[in-house]
Amino acid sequence: MTTFSELAHGIPPGLVLIIGAGIVPFLRGRPRDAYLLALPAVGLLQIVSLETGDHIRASVLGLEILMLRVDRLALVFGYIFHIAAFVGIVYALHLKKTFEHAAALAYAGSAIGAVFAGDLVTLFVYWELTAITSVFLIFGRRTPRACQAGMRYLVVQIGSGVLLLSGTVLHYLDTNSVAFGHLGVTSPGTTLIFIAFGIKCAFPLLHNWLQDAYPEATVTGTVFLSAFTTKLAVYALARGYAGTEMLVWIGATMTAFPIFYAVIENDLRRVLAYSLNNQLGFMVTGIGIGTEMALNGTISHAFSHILYKALLFMSMGAVLYRVGTIKGSELGGLYKSMPWTAAFCIVGAASISAFPLFSGFISKALIITAAAENGYFVTWLVLLFASAGVFHHSGIKIPYFAFFAHDSGKRCEEAPRNMLAAMAIAAALCIGIGVYPQALYGILPFPVDFQPYTSTHVLTQLQLLLFSALAFAVLIRTGVYPPELRSTNLDSDWLYRRLGPLAAGAVSRRVGRAAALLRNGAKARLEDVAGWFSRHHGPEGAMARTWPTGATVLWVAILLGAFLIASFSA
Amino acid sequence: MIAAHYAALQVVAPLIAAPLCVLLRRGALAWLVTVAVSWIALAIAIQLLVQVMATGPVSYELGGWAAPWGIEYRVDSVNAFVLLIVSGISAVAAPYAHHTVVREIPEDRHYLFYSAYLLCLTGLLGITITGDAFNVFVFLEISSLSSYALISLGGERKALTAAYQYLVMGTIGATFFLIGVGLIYAMTGTLNMADIAARLDPVEHTRTVLAAFAFIIVGLGLKLALFPLHLWLPNAYAYAPSAVTVLLAATATKVAVYTMLRFVFTLFGADFALDVTFFAEFLIALALVGVFAASITAVFQNNVKRMLAYSSVAQVGYMMLGVGFFSVTGLTGGIVHLFNHALMKGALFMALGAVFYRLGSVRIEHMRGLGRQMPLTMFAFVLGGLSLIGLPLTVGFISKWYLILAALERGWWPIAGLILLSSLLAVAYVWRVVEAAYFRDPPPDRPRATEAPLALLVPTWILTLANFYFGIDTSVTVGVAADAARALLGEGG
Repeated sequence: MTTFSELAHGIPPGLVLIIGAGIVPFLRGRPRDAYLLALPAVGLLQIVSLETGDHIRASVLGLEILMLRVDRLALVFGYIFHIAAFVGIVYALHLKKTFEHAAALAYAGSAIGAVFAGDLVTLFVYWELTAITSVFLIFGRRTPRACQAGMRYLVVQIGSGVLLLSGTVLHYLDTNSVAFGHLGVTSPGTTLIFIAFGIKCAFPLLHNWLQDAYPEATVTGTVFLSAFTTKLAVYALARGYAGTEMLVWIGATMTAFPIFYAVIENDLRRVLAYSLNNQLGFMVTGIGIGTEMALNGTISHAFSHILYKALLFMSMGAVLYRVGTIKGSELGGLYKSMPWTAAFCIVGAASISAFPLFSGFISKALIITAAAENGYFVTWLVLLFASAGVFHHSGIKIPYFAFFAHDSGKRCEEAPRNMLAAMAIAAALCIGIGVYPQALYGILPFPVDFQPYTSTHVLTQLQLLLFSALAFAVLIRTGVYPPELRSTNLDSDWLYRRLGPLAAGAVSRRVGRAAALLRNGAKARLEDVAGWFSRHHGPEGAMARTWPTGATVLWVAILLGAFLIASFSA
Repeated sequence: MIAAHYAALQVVAPLIAAPLCVLLRRGALAWLVTVAVSWIALAIAIQLLVQVMATGPVSYELGGWAAPWGIEYRVDSVNAFVLLIVSGISAVAAPYAHHTVVREIPEDRHYLFYSAYLLCLTGLLGITITGDAFNVFVFLEISSLSSYALISLGGERKALTAAYQYLVMGTIGATFFLIGVGLIYAMTGTLNMADIAARLDPVEHTRTVLAAFAFIIVGLGLKLALFPLHLWLPNAYAYAPSAVTVLLAATATKVAVYTMLRFVFTLFGADFALDVTFFAEFLIALALVGVFAASITAVFQNNVKRMLAYSSVAQVGYMMLGVGFFSVTGLTGGIVHLFNHALMKGALFMALGAVFYRLGSVRIEHMRGLGRQMPLTMFAFVLGGLSLIGLPLTVGFISKWYLILAALERGWWPIAGLILLSSLLAVAYVWRVVEAAYFRDPPPDRPRATEAPLALLVPTWILTLANFYFGIDTSVTVGVAADAARALLGEGG
């Protein structure tokens, strides 16, 4: 075993998956399946055998690089990322497209590598790798919309990486160190890094890429996407910015505002994307509070969140896979065709809604209690409101519109067996954690002195859930619940393509003619600039023409003359 | 025994092989000779570099004539590194040449092609290795004349015009350079570089020396395609045969940059260039304008070879920027970019050569849908493009890292920002090719293209993977470049 242990400490975690992914395209059939499943298992085995401490050091470009830093914070994320990779692979096992498997594995590997990175440069490399590998999961859908969304996603993610790198350089010039420990928003460098993390974590106003891209990804790709990118950002924030007061408010906003979007959204996978944003809000709040209990809450919530969010995306993916659409207005009554999927979806919904005995309950309670104990009263109220909202849109809306509501008449097969198996694993873990929280509490970075199953907690939560359910029922009964309207205004295209421009038009009318003139002026100026560029740099433009030899001679003369005059007169 | 003559053999081997090719008169045999000599040259260059890094500069007196009178070959870490670049690229490009030459050049001229190729190699290696200012001019002419011939062998009629234009402009550049050397000779009475450096000090402020400096800078600026003296380059690269484009793009401008470094830092001295002239300001201004003007022009090109040619002009701007910083970090960035740019442009032009081999065109509209038909070739192009953009783990990142670091060291924030901004332009033009190749359907009138033959793929991928290897393990490249930078700035090493 010593040799295995040495080996485990000699290779950065994640590399097993990244390098292993390179072999996937060369395999076919059963051996490929076995290989795909073995990779995350081997990776998990590796990190289980890791001992706490700094392991692989190197010096690159004169910087102290620490490629393997093991502590309890990194380990928790390492465990759950491997589990998520395994579940995702099981879910995607039916795919013939090996390329997507390879991309997914490399993506998971990059996220794992990032978690164990002990310095900002290594983190940056993995940070960009997650962006590049994951975009193929979106492109893989092969629709024009997916291609465009993928490009937008890539631009944002790479942009986040560029900010991280710029911040790292500035931070290095300030402190002469690239170590990744607690940073805090104290200097221009750390501020840039903070924004880079914020983009990846989908902070309010920086969040659009998430709802834009995730619903456009492939059925299986979304499951992977939902697990890694944003949770990597949560990890990075927890490591670098714990206790940053600003995060409490950012997080609280994040929990609340997606609820309204989620309620009016028709694409059920996009609803989940909004609720993903909302769940991230809880974690960010926990980081902002920054006490041991709050951080434990954040990390355990990230852990359980990955599982139930993946479970929900898997169930909706199965529906999309079988039915071909995921629009709430076109679905309904599918419980008859897909009973197992419906059951798993309800487990996921119960977990995300934090029903007692499900995983969400035992982790979210930590954060909310931490908020209350540390005197964040307004935050505490917002979090309670958000919890009710989660139940509303994820807990009830998702299963209700997909599997119940009024029968759409659609009949299909139950999901493929591998999909059911993946959902079963995730569902079992969700319930397992909910029933026996000590297993999760035991691996958290700080000792947990918290009892989730007290009568106060359970009763408060049940009250909250009941009233939320009541609200939903009332809205449905009275016919004011938006998706029941079944009109085109539910389609997100409409929001982007009509409402946006309309709103912009209305605003500009109010601002008045001056603004309109300014806009026209700016537009004309832009057209001028574009025209100027294509005139001068286009294939026939002055810059690109084959110039007569005389022009060069003239330039030579000008440069020589200028240089001589400048030198002589100096 | 033979080890003592490595410095001479470096140049003599290709020089003797060139007429041998003419005597052999058979294209295939001439090719074998070219490959063999290129590999020998690489082996010698590696030996020289190892020797220089271990024991310091190597001096070789040609024909036994002692230094100030005879011609001296002098190898230090700066030109040992450039020798490695030139011979390394040639060692990969020569095997690659065979298929493309068969496809692009009439059979009765094959042996002439290889002969000119070897002469060009001789010239480039000679410029780099010699320690004699006039000898530089001689080799400059050897490499230039042979490259005019090589370019004119390109298939299209435009190749002739391009070669002719390059001939006229190149001659002007060489003449300016010669005038400068002549003026120095008039003031110092010597042509040996080390000797000149020692004797230039007392006469440094005379107008003759200033004029010599100006003539040499402008002359070399023309050879290295410093904006706006780059006008010969796009057509020369675009219409030359594929193998020639690879060789020239990866080496010719690099050697000219090296010559400028040698004259500015070793002969005139950094203090002279900084205090007496406006060299640094002049260089940085032209480099920045060049980076943007050439990159923007590249974005609009429809011939991909021409697009990359404009990108080369922009990349020369980065190297000049590194030189213009006049700091160890900046020079390290500039010198390491010599090497890195050779790798990325070599890989990219090789991939394009493979495309041309199958399609007979490298116009962007003809390359639509090629990602699925020539997956390995196009993937190599994408990876090379990523390196050009400067993605981490590639060599392009290393170069930009040092340049940005150098700009920040000086506190020139806007320049660091401009370097980042200009990378975005590289994203734009590389993306145009990626979009055409991967997101468009092939034009219906184009016959289905098959993957390029292995003889083209292997060299292409060697260079492509080198882009990543030297992007991760920078100990050799950055180590030597930093050493060279310190040597040039006279800070030991």
